Amino acid sequence: MQDLTYQLIFYFFAAITVISAVFVVFSKNIIYSAFSLLFTFFGVAALYVFLSADFVAVTQIVVYVGGILVLLLFGVMFTNKVTQVQLKTDVFNFIPGLLIMLATLGVILYTFLTKATWKLSDQHISESVVEEIGFEIMSTYVLPFEVIAFLLFAALIGAAYLATYDKKPTEK
Amino acid sequence: MLPEIGLNHYLIISAILFSLGLFGVMTRKNAVVVLMGVELILNAANINLLAFGKYNGSMQGIMFSLFVIVLAAAEAAVALAIIINIYNTFKTVDLSEVDTMKE
Repeated sequence: MQDLTYQLIFYFFAAITVISAVFVVFSKNIIYSAFSLLFTFFGVAALYVFLSADFVAVTQIVVYVGGILVLLLFGVMFTNKVTQVQLKTDVFNFIPGLLIMLATLGVILYTFLTKATWKLSDQHISESVVEEIGFEIMSTYVLPFEVIAFLLFAALIGAAYLATYDKKPTEK
Repeated sequence: MLPEIGLNHYLIISAILFSLGLFGVMTRKNAVVVLMGVELILNAANINLLAFGKYNGSMQGIMFSLFVIVLAAAEAAVALAIIINIYNTFKTVDLSEVDTMKE
């Protein structure tokens, strides 16, 4: 049985996640978007802990906050001129986009809350699963593990090759 | 007394994150912000996978979400390399102005 503290902490992290995600997409300043994405990633990691996936939560912090967010910030810095004081981004199709967003949200929530009848299993995951993750990776998922390792290797080499600074400027 | 935290709470959060990411992808002109929208969508998918995995009692959701995180890292690296190339070619990352394959 859940006590009130558990629920309050859950709602706190859920609020952080949702509010900062709203700020990511509605903020006009790209730097503000990137930094509120940080709070979204932390909030999602906290929700992973609530879902008793602590290993995934730590992976989320290491990979997203430590890797992807830094890459995104580098992307923002690289693709804006230094003289350009404000890093504004334009918005187009605002009203149709807002309508489609609300329609998608409405349809998904309506389906989830009224139509869907999920058959929940009797045993839930409720303790740490780090040990089982190790067993699963080395037994059931050994082929996907190797394939995804190779894919990551290829993607990183490809990214480094694509982003190489070209010393000889191409003829205009 | 608040209602007990169950599957539906996580599904609602992931639906909100997904639609916000969709909104970002659809309406933003800057390519980097579009990439942030894609990351939001991937996070929403991960919350769904983990929530169903927890209430199913199996390991499949957790394993799948780990693979999703690895793919997101690869995708972000390649996409940012492409964005930097676009910037070097067109001197802008405004997606409305990038409409030719070469300069």
